[in-house]
Amino acid sequence: MTIAPPLERDAGRFPRRFSDTFETLDLGALRDAALRATPRDVERAIASDGPVSDALLPALFSPAASRSLEALAQRSAALTERRFGRTIQLYAPMYLSNECVNKCTYCGFSFDNRIARRTLTLDEAIAEAGGLADQGFRHLLLVSGESNRHLPVSRVAEVARALAPRFASIAVEIQPLEEEGYRELEAAGVDGVVVYQETYDPEVYASVHTKGPKTRFSWRLDSVERAGTAGLRSLGIGALLGLGDWRIEAIATALHARHLAKSAWRSRVAISFPRIRAAAGGYVPAAPVDDRDFVQMLCAMRLAMPDAELVVSTREPVALRDQLIGLGVTRMSAGSRTNPGGYSEPEASEGQFDIVDERSPRAVAEVIAARGFEPVWKDFDRSFVAR
Amino acid sequence: MSQPEPLVIAGVAFGSRLFLGTGKFPSPEVMARAAEASRTEMVTVALRRVDLDRPDDPTLAALDRSKYRLLPNTSGARDAEEAIRLAKLARAAAGTEWIKLEVTPEPNYLLPDPVETLRAAETLVADGFIVLPYIHADPVLAKRLEDVGCATVMPLAAPIGSNRGLRTRDLVGIIIEQANVPVVVDAGLGMPSHAAEAIELGADAVLVNTAIAIADDPVRMADAFRLAVDAAIAAREAGPGGESRIARASSPLTGFLDPTPATDPNG
Repeated sequence: MTIAPPLERDAGRFPRRFSDTFETLDLGALRDAALRATPRDVERAIASDGPVSDALLPALFSPAASRSLEALAQRSAALTERRFGRTIQLYAPMYLSNECVNKCTYCGFSFDNRIARRTLTLDEAIAEAGGLADQGFRHLLLVSGESNRHLPVSRVAEVARALAPRFASIAVEIQPLEEEGYRELEAAGVDGVVVYQETYDPEVYASVHTKGPKTRFSWRLDSVERAGTAGLRSLGIGALLGLGDWRIEAIATALHARHLAKSAWRSRVAISFPRIRAAAGGYVPAAPVDDRDFVQMLCAMRLAMPDAELVVSTREPVALRDQLIGLGVTRMSAGSRTNPGGYSEPEASEGQFDIVDERSPRAVAEVIAARGFEPVWKDFDRSFVAR
Repeated sequence: MSQPEPLVIAGVAFGSRLFLGTGKFPSPEVMARAAEASRTEMVTVALRRVDLDRPDDPTLAALDRSKYRLLPNTSGARDAEEAIRLAKLARAAAGTEWIKLEVTPEPNYLLPDPVETLRAAETLVADGFIVLPYIHADPVLAKRLEDVGCATVMPLAAPIGSNRGLRTRDLVGIIIEQANVPVVVDAGLGMPSHAAEAIELGADAVLVNTAIAIADDPVRMADAFRLAVDAAIAAREAGPGGESRIARASSPLTGFLDPTPATDPNG
C-alpha cells in the first residue's frame, strides 16, 4: 500500500508541511493495515536493511508483531546499540509555570482545575536549576503550561540565558510558537524543543482539547517544524498514550518523525512515549496502553526511525524503566518534579501529573551502569550555540 | 623482523597506525582498557561529550594522558563557525593545536559537509591548528584540503557507526594515490578485516570506534584490530605478489617446452 502521497516530491510543492501530508492520510486504513498484517509482513519488516519501508510500517505496530515481540526487541536493541552505543543520556525537566489558558480534559494544569498556580521568578528559576546542576544534570528541559501572559517567550529566553553557564543543553516544552519565537529562543541558547501532539486522531483531539489555542490541531502539528526552520537541533514529538488508539498514534508519530527527518534535516528527532498518569481533574484513560503494547511501540519505533532519540520519563514505574535500558531507549529523565519550584520546595504547587519512579538521579545512573551502559550527563556543548 | 616505519603526522611519529574513538563504550573504564589493548597512540574525544577543563571528567580521567595524544573532535558542529569555535575552545582548555575537524550538519548519517569543512580548515590552519579533516571519499576535496595545509585527510569507509566496511574503496584508492599527506581511513570499518583491507590498499592509518565499542568484548576486539592492522602493514612491507586473472602455477605445465640446462634430460 502507499502511504506517502505521490505529490510529496513534486517540484515546487516540496517541502510541504506535515499538516499538508497529514490531511491526505487515512488513519483508519493505516490502523486496518496494522490489524491485517501477516507474520510474513512482520518478518520482512524486522529483516529490513535500514529504516522499514512505508509499506511495511503498519506491520511493526500490528498484533502479528506483538506475537514476534522478542524478535522485534532484539532488532531494536541491536540497531540502538550500533547507532548510540551502550549509553543512556540523562536530563531533568524543570517546570517554570503551571499557568495555562487551555482546557484539556486529561491535564492537571487545565485552566478550570482549582489548583495552586505559580510562575517562577527569574531568581527562583536560577535557584531551582542550580539544585539540578548540583545533582550532576547538564541537560535541562524547561517546561510550562501554555500562557503567554504569565510566561511570554521573552521570559523563557531570559531564563535560558541566565541558566546557560551551568548547562550544556537547554530545551523547552512550552506553548507552540511562531518561527520568530523559536528564533528568539535559539538566539538565547536554547537548542531543543518538545511539542507533543497529545493525539494524532483529530476527532479525539477535538474531544479532549475543548478551549484555548490548543484547539488548533494543525498549528500544533507544525510547531516543531517551525522550530527546526528556526535552527533548533533537537525536535521532540510524541502522543500522550491513553487518549486514542495506540496503533494510530504510533504510526502517525513515525510518519511525523520521518517527515521531520526530511524537512528539518539539520535537526535530530526525539520521540517520547508518555503514558497518562493520575493528575488533578481525575481523567480516566479512554484507551489505556499496557506494558506489552508499550514495549512493542517503543521497539517498533526504533525500526521505523533507527536514528531517533527515544525518550522515557519518570512517569513509568521503576521495574519497567530498568528493563527498557538496552531495548531502544536513549534518553531518560530522573528524579523529576512536575510542579514549578518542586525541586526547591516539593509541596510548593500542584504538579502536572504523578511521578512513579522517585529514585534520585544518582540512583538511576547507578542502575544504568549496573546494566552495562554509560550514564551520559553531557552530550552537547554551549559553544555550539554561544555566539 | 624489522620495525615498520613510523607514521608521521605534522612532524609527530606514531608507532601505531590504529587510532581509536572514545564514544559508545559501556563505561570509561572499558574504553580505557580497550585503548590499552589496541596499543593506539592517539585517541579522539568528542568535545560535546567532555568537559576539557574538568579534571574529573569521566572520559578524560580514565585515559592515561602520557600514553595517548588527545585528538579533540568537533563532532556535532553544523557549520564552519561552530567547528572553529569548538576548536578554539579545545585549544584553550586542553592546550592542543590538534583538531579532528568534523562538520556534520545532518544528525542521522553524520555525513560531512564538504563546503563547510573546507572553509573551517582554511581558517583553522591559518590560525595555527593541526587540522585532520573527516571527509567523504572525494579525491578532489582531499587535494583541496591538502592545498590549504591540512595535516592529513580522513575519508570515510562507510557512514559512521555503520560497520559496513570499505564501501568507498575505489575512491579511497584514488585519494591514496594522489595524496601528499597521510590518509587515515575513518568511519564505517566494522571488522578487523576491513581495517586490514584499508591498510593493504595503502592507507597510512585507520580510525576505529563503534566496531570496538559495541563488541561484546571491546578489549578483545581492540586487540583484534591491532593484530589486523599490524598484519596488513607486515604484508605491505613483505611485498605482495599481486593479483592476476591468469593462473600462475607453481609447477608450470608447459615448462618442458623451454627446458633449462640443469633439468634437460638430454643435456
